[in-house]
Amino acid sequence: MAGEAEDGPVLEAVGVSLRFGGVRALTDVSFRVNRGEVFSIIGPNGAGKTSMVNCVSGRYRPTEGGIRFEGRDITRVPTRKRAAIGIGRTFQNLALFGHMTVLENIMVGRHHLLRRGFGPGMLWWIGGARREEIAHRREVEEIIDFLEIQHVRKAVAGQLSYGLRKRVELARAMALKPKLILLDEPMAGMNLEEKEDMARFIIDLNEEWGMTVLMIEHDMGVVMDISHRVVVLDFGRKIAEGRPEEVMADPHVRRAYLGEADEVVQEPDEAPAETMEPTAP
Amino acid sequence: MVDWFQLSQFVLNGLIVGALYGVVAMSFVLIYKASQVVNFAQGEFLLVGAWVCWWLLTDWQLPFWLGFLFTLAFMTAFGLILQVVVLRPLIGEPVISVIMATIGLGIFFQALMKWIFGVFAKPFPPIFPVERVNVLGLEVQTAYLLSLVISILIMAGFAWFFTASKHGLAMRATAFDQQVAQSLGISVPKVFAMSWAISAVVSSVAGVVVGVVNGVSSALSFYGIKVFPAVILGGLDSVLGAVLGGLIVGVLENVAQYVDSEFLQWGNMYTIAPFYALILILLIKPYGLFGTRNIERV
Repeated sequence: MAGEAEDGPVLEAVGVSLRFGGVRALTDVSFRVNRGEVFSIIGPNGAGKTSMVNCVSGRYRPTEGGIRFEGRDITRVPTRKRAAIGIGRTFQNLALFGHMTVLENIMVGRHHLLRRGFGPGMLWWIGGARREEIAHRREVEEIIDFLEIQHVRKAVAGQLSYGLRKRVELARAMALKPKLILLDEPMAGMNLEEKEDMARFIIDLNEEWGMTVLMIEHDMGVVMDISHRVVVLDFGRKIAEGRPEEVMADPHVRRAYLGEADEVVQEPDEAPAETMEPTAP
Repeated sequence: MVDWFQLSQFVLNGLIVGALYGVVAMSFVLIYKASQVVNFAQGEFLLVGAWVCWWLLTDWQLPFWLGFLFTLAFMTAFGLILQVVVLRPLIGEPVISVIMATIGLGIFFQALMKWIFGVFAKPFPPIFPVERVNVLGLEVQTAYLLSLVISILIMAGFAWFFTASKHGLAMRATAFDQQVAQSLGISVPKVFAMSWAISAVVSSVAGVVVGVVNGVSSALSFYGIKVFPAVILGGLDSVLGAVLGGLIVGVLENVAQYVDSEFLQWGNMYTIAPFYALILILLIKPYGLFGTRNIERV
């Protein structure tokens, strides 16, 4: 981490808009994620949170605007190369390779770090491939220890409990050694105890492993507790950005979340978010 | 009544030919698993490989091992080019279009080979000093014995590739979910290209072996059809199932031939029995022995 620790933002979204035909998923969204932060995107269902994360991971390409990673414009960089330059992610709906073991799942996460190709791999006992394998396995085992999934490392991923699968998915993303890790609802569907574990893992991977975290989460308690800063989206627009307590005091945010009864639904196209007021009783 | 000696001879032949079916079926499954393409040109891979090897051995007078190596190299390039030129542009098109394209490829190479090499079967120059060897009292063609060894090596290679190599892991990941694979740094186009190249090479090995035994002719591409019962039996997306399916089909057709020639006298059961089996399997176990059942969750 220390190498390129210039004090710029790790990630910058600059005026990102995303349209699918006539549907506006995102409209002119800008924010910055600083190095070492836990940064959360919150907002009601359908606000464009996952779309935003998909723009960062490369699954969607913004219709307008751009994404910068460590000062470099990556708007047109394909997904797999973003993984190689240090952006890892987990998915909202679990996306583990169900037939593979936990260990294999995590090893796939190291794909871009493994130099061992077809030829040298065949001769692994002669050349350096074995040493390489051992080094990789050591790091993978560290991640496994960290996430406390030692007891299931040989188990088939698809047969684990939901909470464990979420952890394995996190382990797979961590195995990429990302500088920025994108977590799409890491705690969805978890019970309180599992949520507390996951929150601890996120804090530790941020503080001890030095990964910057960009997270989508619905559980406000968790978001307020562990996020350094928060951006709030509503109808695909940014309505607030800042520290959690500041953001929660914001009237726009309160309206988006509490959905006051006297609000007239306005097309977001017709009025910019800043001037949207409850108009009629 | 039952001639056990003859029956065991048929069963042995069945196992050996079945191992070859298994190899071809594996390479078929490889493409299906990685890219969800049902490749109707699989039989033509055998055909092209066998003709190229034949040409190197007769026109260029290369020794067998050298000609064989060149054939493998050629088929690697062949598979890669086919994928990049013909199939990559079809990514994202409906499955039926891709299948039509592979049928077209099959017809094209079938005709091309006939145009270049003629329509008659041509024998390979003799490769082994003895044509047949005796194994436990049973007669086996030397080429088949070699093919059995090669088949087992290829199967072991596949097992190693999928469980222990970086690319094998990437291929399994891609087969499972392309989006997720990409997010982990895997190049999906590369995986597709690799699966076609490996499939073409492995099929051509089978093509050369069969060519050495029976001579090279367009009949080789019939193997591409023959692997269907094997693959359906084993399950379209299971490599292990493909091997077992191949063995079962090989034994089945040989036993059917024995039963037919001894008792039934219906004729041609050798060719038809696997397809009766195919119909039965589709009725009883449409996902095959090891295939994954597609469960849709909403």
